[in-house]
Amino acid sequence: MQELIATLETQSDPLPGAAFEPAIVAFVCNWCTYTAADLAGTSRMVQSPNVRLVRMMCTGMVDPKYIIKALLGGADAVLVSGCHPGDCHYINGNYKARRRVKLLMEILPRFGIDSRRIKLTWVGASEGNEFAATVNRFAAEIKELGPIDTRRLPLL
Amino acid sequence: MPSRIGVYVCHCGTNIAGRVDSEGVARFAAGLKNVAVARDYKFMCSDPGQDMIIKDIREMGLTRVVVASCSPRLHEKTFQKACQRGGLNPFLFQMTCIREHCSWVVADPVEATAKAKTLVAGAVSRVNEHEELYSRVEAVHPDVLVVGGGIAGIQAALDIARSGHKVHLVERGPSIGGHMTQFDKTFPTLDCAACISTPKMVAVAQEPNINLMTMSEAVEVKGYVGNYTARIRTRPRYINEDRCTGCGLCMEKCPKSVPSEFEEGLAKRKAVHRNSPQSVPNTPVIDPASCIYLVKGKCGACKQNCPSEAIDFEQQESFLDVQVGTIVLATGFDILDPTALTQYGFGRYPEVYTGLQFERLNNAVGPTGGKILMKNGQAPESVAIIHCVGSRDKNQHEYCSRVCCMYALKYDHLIKDKIGHQARVFNFYIDMRCFGKGYEEFYRRVQEEGVTFIRGRPSEVTDQTLSAEEDGKLIVVAEDTLLGRPVRVSVDMVVLCTAMQARRDASEVARIFGISQGQDGFFLEEHPKLGPVSTATDGIFLAGTCQGPKDIPDAVAHASGGAGQALSLAARGEVSISPTVSWINPDICVGCKMCVDLCAYSAIEFDERRKVCVINEAMCKGCGSCAGHCPSGAAQVRHFNEKQIFAELEGLSQNVPLVRQPAGVDHL
Ligand SMILES: Cc1cc2nc3c(=O)[nH]c(=O)nc-3n(C[C@H](O)[C@H](O)[C@H](O)COP(=O)(O)OP(=O)(O)OC[C@H]3O[C@@H](n4cnc5c(N)ncnc54)[C@H](O)[C@@H]3O)c2cc1C
Ligand code: SF4
Ligand code: SF4
Ligand code: FES
Repeated sequence: MQELIATLETQSDPLPGAAFEPAIVAFVCNWCTYTAADLAGTSRMVQSPNVRLVRMMCTGMVDPKYIIKALLGGADAVLVSGCHPGDCHYINGNYKARRRVKLLMEILPRFGIDSRRIKLTWVGASEGNEFAATVNRFAAEIKELGPIDTRRLPLL
Repeated sequence: MPSRIGVYVCHCGTNIAGRVDSEGVARFAAGLKNVAVARDYKFMCSDPGQDMIIKDIREMGLTRVVVASCSPRLHEKTFQKACQRGGLNPFLFQMTCIREHCSWVVADPVEATAKAKTLVAGAVSRVNEHEELYSRVEAVHPDVLVVGGGIAGIQAALDIARSGHKVHLVERGPSIGGHMTQFDKTFPTLDCAACISTPKMVAVAQEPNINLMTMSEAVEVKGYVGNYTARIRTRPRYINEDRCTGCGLCMEKCPKSVPSEFEEGLAKRKAVHRNSPQSVPNTPVIDPASCIYLVKGKCGACKQNCPSEAIDFEQQESFLDVQVGTIVLATGFDILDPTALTQYGFGRYPEVYTGLQFERLNNAVGPTGGKILMKNGQAPESVAIIHCVGSRDKNQHEYCSRVCCMYALKYDHLIKDKIGHQARVFNFYIDMRCFGKGYEEFYRRVQEEGVTFIRGRPSEVTDQTLSAEEDGKLIVVAEDTLLGRPVRVSVDMVVLCTAMQARRDASEVARIFGISQGQDGFFLEEHPKLGPVSTATDGIFLAGTCQGPKDIPDAVAHASGGAGQALSLAARGEVSISPTVSWINPDICVGCKMCVDLCAYSAIEFDERRKVCVINEAMCKGCGSCAGHCPSGAAQVRHFNEKQIFAELEGLSQNVPLVRQPAGVDHL
């Protein structure tokens, strides 16, 4: 194992020819999905390593700019996940997120981004298993979809 | 001036280091921009770990700190405080989780290490953009609101009131006491329920620091920790509590009878009724749905006969706003209605009872005066008690209700005691769970009394008999899983130990108080082990079975815990409030007013003079709904602003190639 890690460290560039491993950024709210992710961790639910969480206080603060920025920055997909409808810690931030993400999903295809690269889910604080399943499902979907072609994005 | 960042990577014993090469991650961090020092250590949260940060801040002049360890939900405050002790503003700190989100969930060590590096790079990049912030200190209103007057709410209210703080105790029903007032005896000591609960109920009524509001519910809650305003709606009782002497003449004279909820439908009550003579308050209540006068406008028998002129048909629903600093929720539980589990025949066979009904059959002031009698007035010769009805059942509730085994044992004993040793009692159980103090001893005692235990969940209760012996009986059909063979047991009476479940209006109550429910429907505590009485909402605490099934000793202990937490805030008198709220930059705001309606807390106002929107920081909760939408980017959440999020994304994405492979793709 030590050897493997050493190899990795000397490797500034990815191993050539390896299978496509998507990079996924997830904007998750502190009160529900982040908590669920903690629970999935405490329960040792193995997940695909492709997802990196960005902790937000509420999905309502996820500016569409952040999603676009993540995609332009090399993420192959973006997950936005928060409390179930009606459960938002701030009453209705998640409804606002839903409206914005929906709009974004309508617009992005015009710039060559497949709307399947954005996903909005509700994962409650007690749903560690649901979180792990969501991550694994989404990572598998994006693997299937292939890497994002950022060269076509300067249009944005 | 560029920042000087210290990065600390934790091993968490082997929790992190067993999968992630913590040393390697620290070495990687040392190479990141603006990082002055990067170290790894066995336990960052330990004193030596924290001292390491403090020493570096002082000696190396660090201006920013990043810790990569467990979830910030556990230790963010610990490290923020360490920074503060080192002389650094606690908001110049960022924590990233490489345990719950990395070492514990990524199977491959190489991938886990790569992911940890990415997360650290994100945090380092973000912390550059952090700004100093200062918490506000707000006064905590000394009064406390307790919602629900079962044994848990009573305990919490008494604990708080006795410290000298004022308590508003709001109970939906006509009397306090909750489920416990329906019982006769309580396991395992077989104390008489009324003997131990009545003194507490009376103490509530006599406690000058408790403002008891029955027939009442909180319908709206505004504010934040230390400063809550709750709107309490009180339904009319139609009897003036101050005048009523509790003589009960009205109930004698009332001509209208309906099934009694308190008696679980086993007896009737009048339209003007009272749960028991021990009710607190002991004023009866007129049920507007069955009262002839309130429905048809004539009768008034109670009014004519009341010697104290206490009947008041003109009473109206009323509202009262109470100001409190903290809130304790003690709304209790419901029991599952077994009608839907048709295999047990509840509602179809008259001799199938729920646990609560059986409690009433045993209660000295219940429908049978405390005798265990069937509907025909005879004592049963044999009784089957079915455990786990709706509990530990994938189709109903997966959890264990924690009290049924024990109250089943209580029933075993009561049947033997009241009907006589010849009475045959059969327990159908899955596992016996007798975990409490004195519980196993009680189990043993009941076994010695000659009760039969059959391990297996019955498939059916039926009156379809197979032999003359079975005629006229109920037959419980099950498999004895210890002997591995089917059994048919014919009995006179069946008692179903139905599951405890969340109140049917739990989601509505959760919404009003801004707290969450767990998957099982019960209110969600802040942490399953270390925060079982607090909630994610500051200043709101839980007491008793509203958080999950409990017996009386556990409900009382939990309630005292909730009371203690509420008191520690109330006694301190002040609370520091997070500065991570939003701000609208007046130079950028174009005055479009988009944000005004988006704010769920009405924290945004339009300043007519300057033609910009302004946020009232005392009302803002920092949800960022405004910031997420503001088309000009003027509204920003402090500590979650655009620069900070962008920086985090840049940090994360610079390291994307570590896990993704395809060649020929440009990364920004
Ligand atoms: C059949 C049975 C037998 C049992 N026997 C025993 C025993 O022998 N020994 C033992 O230790 N435990 C026993 N238990 C467990 C015991 O009932 C509970 O531990 C105890 O009653 C829990 O008290 P509580 O205050 O949490 O809830 P509850 O007793 O349910 O009280 C909650 C109170 O809150 C009020 N309320 C609800 N919602 C609102 C609202 N929105 N606003 C205002 N008020 C509201 C309700 O009217 C009620 O008065 C038994 C349970 C059952 C089902
Ligand atoms: S008759 Fe009057 S005083 Fe007596 S219990 Fe009824 S309302 Fe109260
Ligand atoms: S962040 Fe904005 S929308 Fe949210 S409470 Fe504060 S002002 Fe209102
Ligand atoms: S707090 Fe979770 S979505 Fe709003």
